[in-house]
Amino acid sequence: MVMADKPKYRVIGTRPLRPDAIDKVTGRAQYGADTRQNGMLRGYVLRSPHAHANIKSIDVSKALAHPGVKAVVTAADFLAPGQDLAQLPDLTANVMAGSKTLYHGHAVAAVAAIDDESARDAAGLIEVEYDVLPPVLDVREAMLPGAPILHEAMRTRTPEGPSADPSNVVAHAVVVFGDPETAMGECDVVVEGDFSTRMVHQGYIEPQAATAMWNPDGQVTIWTAHQGSFPARQSTATILNHPISKIRVVLTEIGGGFGGKIAVYLEPVAAMLSKKTGHPVKLQMDRVDVFEGTGPTPGTSIRAKLGATKDGKLKAYMADMAYENGAYAGTAANYATMVATACYDIEHVRLDGYDVVVNKPRTQDYRAPSSPAAAFAMEQLVDQLAEKLNMDPEKLRLQNSSREGTRGSMGMPFARIGHEEIVQAALDSDHYNSPLEGPNRGRGTASGYWFNVGLRSSVNVTVQPDGTVALAVGSTDLSGTRTSLAMQLAETIGVEFDDVKSLEVDTDSVGYNDVTAGSRVTFGTGMATYEAGKNLIAAMKERLAATWNVPEDEIQFEEGKFSSPDGSKSGTFKEIAQLVVGRGPGLTVSGSVNAGFLQGGGFAHHIVDVEVDPDTGKVQVLRYTAVQDVGTAVHPAYVEGQLQGGAVQGIGWALNEEYFYDDSGRMLNSSFLDYRMPTTLDVPMIDTILVEVPNPLHPFGVRGVGEPPIVPPLAAIANAVAHATGVRQYQLPMSPRRILQTTGKIEE
Amino acid sequence: MAVQEYLAPATVDDAVAVLGEHGSAARVFAGGTDLIIQVRERRRDVGVMVDIKKIPELVECAFTGDGGLRIGAAVPCARLYRDPEVAAKFPCLIDSASLIGGIQIQSRASLGGNLCNSSPAADSIPTLIALGVTCEIAGSSGRRTVPVEQFCTGPGQNVLQPGEFLVALNVPAPGANSGAAFERFIPRNEMDIAVCNAAASVVLSADGSTFQSARIAVGAVAPTPLLVAAAGEALAGQPVSAASIASAADAARAAAVPITDMRGSTAQRKHLASVLVTRVLNQAVERAGRA
Amino acid sequence: MSKHHVITRINGEDIEFLTDPGTSLLSALRDQLGLTGAKEGCNNGNCGACNVVLNGELVNSCCVLAVEVNGGELATIEGVANGDDLHPLQQSFINDAALQCGICTPGFIVAAKALLEREPDADEARIRHWLAGNLCRCTGYDKIVQAVLDAAPEMRAAARA
Repeated sequence: MVMADKPKYRVIGTRPLRPDAIDKVTGRAQYGADTRQNGMLRGYVLRSPHAHANIKSIDVSKALAHPGVKAVVTAADFLAPGQDLAQLPDLTANVMAGSKTLYHGHAVAAVAAIDDESARDAAGLIEVEYDVLPPVLDVREAMLPGAPILHEAMRTRTPEGPSADPSNVVAHAVVVFGDPETAMGECDVVVEGDFSTRMVHQGYIEPQAATAMWNPDGQVTIWTAHQGSFPARQSTATILNHPISKIRVVLTEIGGGFGGKIAVYLEPVAAMLSKKTGHPVKLQMDRVDVFEGTGPTPGTSIRAKLGATKDGKLKAYMADMAYENGAYAGTAANYATMVATACYDIEHVRLDGYDVVVNKPRTQDYRAPSSPAAAFAMEQLVDQLAEKLNMDPEKLRLQNSSREGTRGSMGMPFARIGHEEIVQAALDSDHYNSPLEGPNRGRGTASGYWFNVGLRSSVNVTVQPDGTVALAVGSTDLSGTRTSLAMQLAETIGVEFDDVKSLEVDTDSVGYNDVTAGSRVTFGTGMATYEAGKNLIAAMKERLAATWNVPEDEIQFEEGKFSSPDGSKSGTFKEIAQLVVGRGPGLTVSGSVNAGFLQGGGFAHHIVDVEVDPDTGKVQVLRYTAVQDVGTAVHPAYVEGQLQGGAVQGIGWALNEEYFYDDSGRMLNSSFLDYRMPTTLDVPMIDTILVEVPNPLHPFGVRGVGEPPIVPPLAAIANAVAHATGVRQYQLPMSPRRILQTTGKIEE
Repeated sequence: MAVQEYLAPATVDDAVAVLGEHGSAARVFAGGTDLIIQVRERRRDVGVMVDIKKIPELVECAFTGDGGLRIGAAVPCARLYRDPEVAAKFPCLIDSASLIGGIQIQSRASLGGNLCNSSPAADSIPTLIALGVTCEIAGSSGRRTVPVEQFCTGPGQNVLQPGEFLVALNVPAPGANSGAAFERFIPRNEMDIAVCNAAASVVLSADGSTFQSARIAVGAVAPTPLLVAAAGEALAGQPVSAASIASAADAARAAAVPITDMRGSTAQRKHLASVLVTRVLNQAVERAGRA
Repeated sequence: MSKHHVITRINGEDIEFLTDPGTSLLSALRDQLGLTGAKEGCNNGNCGACNVVLNGELVNSCCVLAVEVNGGELATIEGVANGDDLHPLQQSFINDAALQCGICTPGFIVAAKALLEREPDADEARIRHWLAGNLCRCTGYDKIVQAVLDAAPEMRAAARA
């Protein structure tokens, strides 16, 4: 751990045991699929077998006649008054196809029945007439004139205004700083490459599951494992054409998200089936549905060029970046323009970002969305440049590193950041200074950045009669944030960690919380918790003033103790709480913040050693170190876990994960057998180096840590493979087959 | 069709009778790690699941009088590799048994079931072929024996006739100066279907310098696992050397007729056939030396 | 189709239930018996989230028919703790922060327990090999492997006692 003027905290930085862990290690914790409601029906979603087709008709009569079936829904059930199927907004159409299906796996109807088997049998009886259209499955092909068009009404948004003709290009975003064309021409050394990555899935182990009950009075309750109960409520309300205030979303525990559980898929369908049947209805995805019917992350095509002076000063970067959006418009390429050059001070930049629809599932975020692919290009070019300049790539990175005041990718200067510190830490690390010996072995390094967000959070704190407090949290807890938040509250009000009980509550019980994503909960909901703590102390002072007969503004609170100005009266938080709450009326305060869009960003830097079997092309990861600027590590073990988890996801993405499609647009490997995520045998221990450069925007210096770890691995491993084999890898995944091809062992 | 019935006959004759009674609606299973999934995913229609694990001779694994091994068709892989005598005498069987799926699969899955699933990429079959295993099949006309290299007839297809099922695998006693090995290539380190796999069983001269005979089998490169006779012929009488092994590897590569699919390409599989045959021959020779 | 009457022992308790012949053990545990600790991650034997121990063997309960446990002995995650006393593995998973979302944790604990009971001296390589059939997407496995290594001495001591 590398500290940087770190204050002495009492609770923050310790490693308490998380209270929800006992339920998780005993199997008692209730996840989405564990929900049970009396009289519950089971649902099943029928999905399109075609990647691109007009829906001519849907006949559900045979399904309805099945003895076990209670209701069937189609997109017609989601029409707003006066709306027709072709006018369904994207949000709704992705949940239930309207006039077109746009990907294999697109939901077209759903059945509620007395049991799972009946629901599946009945779904098979639904007759859908399709008018099959040619699909487009490649991002560059989709951009060409003459490509099959997914949305006739789509026009490309460009800086010059919308395009005239229908297009699959959602938007062309342009970011320019300086005069990149000229500057590139003046560079002494230029490296370039045409990089491509495949669509991959977040791979959370828990498939989506949602249960809904639509009461006759119009009150709807939805139990779901989702990354944001409030956004889920909003989306569901929109899709159902039903008021937000009549929908209550209750979070179950969630078995992984990584950005893939930010959209709604089953919630509105379960609600509509419940409306029609008068019963609670549970929908649960099969693993096939998860692959084919949720939101994997874009495949990309990035053509990039990096230029420098002969002294190693990076001068110009130009990149043409095309990102798949899947079936409906998204902003993935736009995100890429916000992160692509973040690690370095490069004066002249031109980024062209193209968001493109293709006949694949509508893409979603996957931990630092768009940044890993952007880094796959940039960090390999940096590595190649270092080779050409005969420099250590780490020294080249340090020489050009972004610092406080450097112009960030969005034009504003960075506040205090830690890229320089982490590259230096890597250079000083045991890993970097251990020689790598043996044939077919190589070491690679890479940096990465994610901007992290703040957004809105709200918590409530209730004081218990014994002086402990209950912290009601509305932010989904993906991996232990209810504990990190309790730690921040304990730090703020001066109590022990065990004096704070942290619980997840529903959308009626706490103020608005934006989605758990963008690494924002420990930061943003942490700020709300800090606010709540401050508000709590103020409320207690107000009561104490009456009890002590001392003016409120003269009561002091320091290091967990209230005291009167002359010191004659004092008490710990718990003692005072027992006094003014235990024997007084109940006390609940809230803390709400809008932490703004950006929270200062996080940088990561990874070192990896690989060995490549020249006869089979297989890459073995020998050693891995993840270095990251973590702001203030509230719970160091959890922070380490984020680095390790993100690194291993990156290893899978780099080496073996991809969506295989046949020419008709059907995914061929929608199973954990052939969608190959790393197992325990595929990775070594992941060493971590936590560098703490406090975030000036947060009271305890907290920086989001969850996303940066997935950014460097793709490039770090590609660099390592290049050093091991002498051959650059421009395509992901670097599967054994691809390595055999690129190293010339096989011809294809 | 949903599964209508589950039966667990106690003898081979009872099982034959059940299969005769229910015809094509009935299917035998041991570990169930293939069949239960296929039925659930509606890739196979099975009305009657016939569990053969209650039949004693299906779950017995015993050395025969002449030093061979009779493995009941339902003996789980884990039992094989936990048996020190089997592991010592037939390390090649252990190579296969310890690679099929993960631990949770190996506690249920059997070599016999793996054979009957008849995937071209099955991890047991090249080993069984290399070892010259014979298959004991029971049906309404009694029992018959089939050499394992003739058992599979196409992807998912084999010589079992309606009403028949596999009872046991008979592994011949390993001869003097013999050794065998199996390897497969997968992109990860476990849990994958083989992109290519290979097994070799060799008999060397007493001084270990010459190949007397060899059986080489390759999988995932043809509609069925292949016994590559030409590779064995290339080694018979030849000195144990990198050159002779290379010629056997070339023969395996030439015999391979793989497809390109999401697991591997034609070129990659042909290349791997050669690489893996080289590796298993080297390992088999080493084991023969140690035997 | 008639239902089968299954009589079995689960976590040391005699249990009886009716089941359809095609129902998986995983479904029976979750939907009928209220034992939802075993999770459905893939339903085809590739993720280990459904792990239980049947007649002493670690299995994927999604690949076992419920009827097959008749007359047998089943151990699930719900039986790992001894009342309020956590098993050393459960405690070490908590101590070592070896869980994040926790969905894979029951499967890993059942699997790791089966390993350490069979091979008390398992080292890191052996642990990784044994657990390769259990997928985790959150932790990168580092702390899970460490937690298993950390629980082993206590389990060895308990076995000797």
